[in-house]
Amino acid sequence: MSDKVIVSFKNIEKHFGSVIANKNISFDLEKNQIYALLGENGAGKSTLMNMLSGIYKPDKGEIELHGESRKFNSPKDAINAGIGMIHQHFKLVENLSALENIILGQEKKIFVNKKKIKQKVEELCDKFDLKLDLDKKVSMLSISEKQTIEIIKVLYRGANLLVLDEPTAVLTPQETNNLFKIMKNMKEKGCTLIIITHKLHEIMNVSDKVIIMRKGELITTVETSKTNEKELTDIMVGETLDLKIERPLVQRGDKILEVKKLRVIDEDKVAKLKDISFDIYEGEVLGVAGLAGSGQKELCEAINGIQKVQSGEIIYEHENILGKNPREIIERGISMSFIPEDRLGMGLVPSMSMVDNIILKDYYKQKTFFLNRKEGEERSYKIIKELNVKTPGIKHPVKELSGGNIQKILLGRELEINPHLIVTAYPTRGLDIASSHLIYDLINERKKSGTGILYIGEDLDVLLELADRIIVMCDGEITGMVEANKTDKEELGFLMAGLNMEEIQLKRGAKID
Amino acid sequence: MIKIVKRKYCSKRQIFIINILAIFLALIFSSVIIALTANNPLNVYISMIDGAFGNVFRSKETIINSIPLLITALGISIAFKMKFWNIGAEGQYIMGAFLGSYFALNFSSLNKLILLPLMLVAGIISGGIWAFIPAYFKAKFKTNETIFTLLMNYVAIKWITFLQYGPWKDPNANGFPKIARFSPNAVLPKISGIHIGLIFALILVVLVYYYINHTKQGYEISVIGESENTAIYAGMKVDKIILRTIFISGAICGLAGIIQASAVNRTLAVSIASGVGYTAIIIAWLSQLNAFIALLVAVLFSAMVQGGAYIQMLYNIPSSAASILQGTILFFVLGSQFFVNYTIKRN
Repeated sequence: MSDKVIVSFKNIEKHFGSVIANKNISFDLEKNQIYALLGENGAGKSTLMNMLSGIYKPDKGEIELHGESRKFNSPKDAINAGIGMIHQHFKLVENLSALENIILGQEKKIFVNKKKIKQKVEELCDKFDLKLDLDKKVSMLSISEKQTIEIIKVLYRGANLLVLDEPTAVLTPQETNNLFKIMKNMKEKGCTLIIITHKLHEIMNVSDKVIIMRKGELITTVETSKTNEKELTDIMVGETLDLKIERPLVQRGDKILEVKKLRVIDEDKVAKLKDISFDIYEGEVLGVAGLAGSGQKELCEAINGIQKVQSGEIIYEHENILGKNPREIIERGISMSFIPEDRLGMGLVPSMSMVDNIILKDYYKQKTFFLNRKEGEERSYKIIKELNVKTPGIKHPVKELSGGNIQKILLGRELEINPHLIVTAYPTRGLDIASSHLIYDLINERKKSGTGILYIGEDLDVLLELADRIIVMCDGEITGMVEANKTDKEELGFLMAGLNMEEIQLKRGAKID
Repeated sequence: MIKIVKRKYCSKRQIFIINILAIFLALIFSSVIIALTANNPLNVYISMIDGAFGNVFRSKETIINSIPLLITALGISIAFKMKFWNIGAEGQYIMGAFLGSYFALNFSSLNKLILLPLMLVAGIISGGIWAFIPAYFKAKFKTNETIFTLLMNYVAIKWITFLQYGPWKDPNANGFPKIARFSPNAVLPKISGIHIGLIFALILVVLVYYYINHTKQGYEISVIGESENTAIYAGMKVDKIILRTIFISGAICGLAGIIQASAVNRTLAVSIASGVGYTAIIIAWLSQLNAFIALLVAVLFSAMVQGGAYIQMLYNIPSSAASILQGTILFFVLGSQFFVNYTIKRN
């Protein structure tokens, strides 16, 4: 074995009950490389990485570190061995400073010499060219700065093998580029990195090698320079897929929704929507781009009568629906499927059966005191058939289904009522490619029949292909409204970061010069 | 190596076996304590069963004592299904007994067929109102219902104490602070030694079961209990449903109170509840809010109290031994819920 290899997986297997999450996986990780771990949801990527970082233990097989078999009983063992994981959801104490978060749990003495430690951390930052104000409170920092803290945290603990779990999901394109620069720099300084991501162009951009998994098995490892996006997808899915998302040309109809100067202030007196205005037409997909937490949730909920609104108007088919309760709005043919981060927070009742979830929005129309579930059962079977939902039965609690199937049930219910306006947020979050495309098709089908669609998305590539127009939100404001076929990711990225059109033109102009 | 693994699914049969094993282990554990009092645990257990069901009279006592426990547990189940932690069953029970007793004491000359329904309706309404107050504050101002309902219990108890020592004190009781006995008109009739509260209780078991599982209102309660956000999103009027549900919950507890006052105590006294509202919480919880299981658990708890009193006489051990047994069973059964969700595997 060459001494370039730092970690090797030997016949790793992991079961969860009867489900095989990882099956006979063997591969080596070499020094000074950036690996991309690619695979659809449920392919076993997270399981594999969790075993590397000590969260799970393999049922069979061994993980060797520098040729020595190691057993990690906890994440602490893994970090002591130089393996650090940066999770998708940050694990930071908001009220402490960046520095305090970095040293948290590391200094065993009662009194700590902050000055000395700070010096040490600063040296580390200099070495890897990371920029961060160490004395700032975490709550004051941006998302990408928080991510930087997470990276410094594992570096400070001595990690030289870093696993990043979907690190770009929360970043603007510019921030993503910056992260990739940092990653490449770390590679130069002797670290090995593994990045888990779904975004193919990022893989092409940053990685040296791509490890592809499918259904718990390691399919192959390819060199990034010798492959392309199309090939990667085909290997990942196991069949040839048409990656292009359709944008059917539909004659735009009447205006169905007009939002005028909508202002929302939350319980902490923070303005979440700052006088935003836009409109949606029949047969149109209006995309909404923006970093998470820019006001998308409040916008969705305001349209559906859940969110209290300070001022403004929401005009739906010549009628101001502001102040109407959710049931009145549902009756007017507006449907909403908001997929929150935890998927089950709103829209579905996790511990209830599929039938009970399907009848959620119209059970009250039944005239009897007793509840009739018969009709709901028939509709459930219909949705299972049409959307190919995999479930042990319609009486099975929905929370025990996989994320994709849960989303299909939610969307199935929302589309089934033939809405005139669909508000949907992150409908393909966490779905595999085939399921995502099924959902794009469903949306396009509704579009063709004249429905207006407000599509809140996170993947800019998808938005650019699917939407007709895109509005970009930043910090509760609309920073731009662009035609999807006349813009690009860079422009959207600048808008997402809060720049206005003039500033962007200046920036881009400067680049050309 | 032993490790803890989350179960994907636990069948009803497995859950049943786990619970039975837990009770069995609790009995073994308690037998150590009984052995410390220099008695043979097996004999003591047999005597407890004998004390609770040994002859017709004892069996009837056990059943009569289980009635208030069961009805109150049913009332609590409805609130708990909505995850509204109604700890105030004790107070609702007492207030039900209070307003019912008002009619029993002041309209004693009325015909039985008019007076008894009047008392029961009064009990239902006042129990409901007593629960409605904390529910209103919860719905409007998001107050904590656990503390609110709990403190309402003390208000109710002190209110009865005030009546007993003050305005309602019986002038013919030779100075004893007690309230007059009800006239025979105000006493619920008996059928072969057991008052007809039992029939009310059995009917309520069926009604509550169907209400929670097969009505639109029951569906709304379950949705709110699982996720209030989803309920709002689906267009449910959450505030209204909370108020309605908790009124029903309190009303059932109030009914239990007036039944007990009329059929068993035949008067109103501070001691009327003496913990029924709290024991019923345990019963509701152990039965996993299932009305039919609550029926079994209520009888079991009543049997333990009866049996406990019996062994106190027989073996000269404190009746708190039965309380220890109750507590131990509860502890083991609740603890065993861990094994419903998790299982232990060996590597």
